[in-house]
Amino acid sequence: MTNTHTPVETAADAHDDHHPSDLFYLKIAGILALFTALEVATYFIEDDVPEWFLFFSLTALMIIKFVMVAAYFMHLKYDTPWFRYLFIAGLVLAMGVYAIFFFSFDLFGLG
Amino acid sequence: MSEATMESDVVPDHPALAEDGEHGTTTGISNNKLMMWAFLGSECLLFGALISTYLLYKERFNDFAETLAPFEEDGRNIGPRFGGEDGEGVFDIPFTSISSFILLGSSLTMVLALSAIRRGEYRNFRIWTLTTAALGSVFIAGQIYEFTEFVEKGLGYSTNIFGSAFFTLTGFHGVHVSLGIVMLLATYIMHKQGRLNSDKAETVEIVGLYWHFVDVVWILIFTVVYLFPQ
Repeated sequence: MTNTHTPVETAADAHDDHHPSDLFYLKIAGILALFTALEVATYFIEDDVPEWFLFFSLTALMIIKFVMVAAYFMHLKYDTPWFRYLFIAGLVLAMGVYAIFFFSFDLFGLG
Repeated sequence: MSEATMESDVVPDHPALAEDGEHGTTTGISNNKLMMWAFLGSECLLFGALISTYLLYKERFNDFAETLAPFEEDGRNIGPRFGGEDGEGVFDIPFTSISSFILLGSSLTMVLALSAIRRGEYRNFRIWTLTTAALGSVFIAGQIYEFTEFVEKGLGYSTNIFGSAFFTLTGFHGVHVSLGIVMLLATYIMHKQGRLNSDKAETVEIVGLYWHFVDVVWILIFTVVYLFPQ
């Protein structure tokens, strides 16, 4: 009766067989550095482009960088999904709570 | 077959036991990692509160603006990035950008340290761990310099509500980076004492999770506080 794993155990085990190589991490870091350079570049051109474009592009780059670090450097892509659920739960809860926070301040004219 | 026998058959193949030589868990998920992820989830709420407060009060930069040295004479409606006699404002974006690259680089060295200890390449592990701690220290040194500059320009913690929100947010992040440096040095010392090797790589992974989280928080702060148009 050996090798008896539950589905959860199997899921947890899966990530240990999938460690990316150092070269892969270097490539990810290179992409992150490129995106950061693009972000910084917006500071020098912001008088020449519309504000909405800057806001949109900076937000998009920020989200992409966030997801890349969480997925590859923090191994969320390879680890058991339970960790992903925990982290996303925290993020969603924070965004929900502070969206209500902003709405309340706007509603009552505070801030 | 008794229940005890069945357990003894299952546990030796357990992932947590196989990797760390420790007790298995009923879920098959490492309790230590689960706890760290739960902690990081709760940290989202902490930094969410601080970022939200900053966003709420960022327009209040001009409260008591007469106390901000570079803006005494013209009294124009300025933000933290622009205005003043020299047009440079309070924020130094090129300087903070370099700090951001440094912290981003430290995430790479952290993940390389984890790879090294998993492979049993202990010399590389020590090099990458110390490099990560050094990069984190450079980031903190930069933040201290930046704060000093702000205070010299007239923006202190209690200058106005913008200053309070800004220093609380970036200061809390700085404290997290400092704690991360302490954790990195602790892992280095544990390794030197022979208490941390490839069998205990999960300890390094957990420290790495904390370090990368500090990095992702800075990704948000750098964009929202420093780069978003005023």
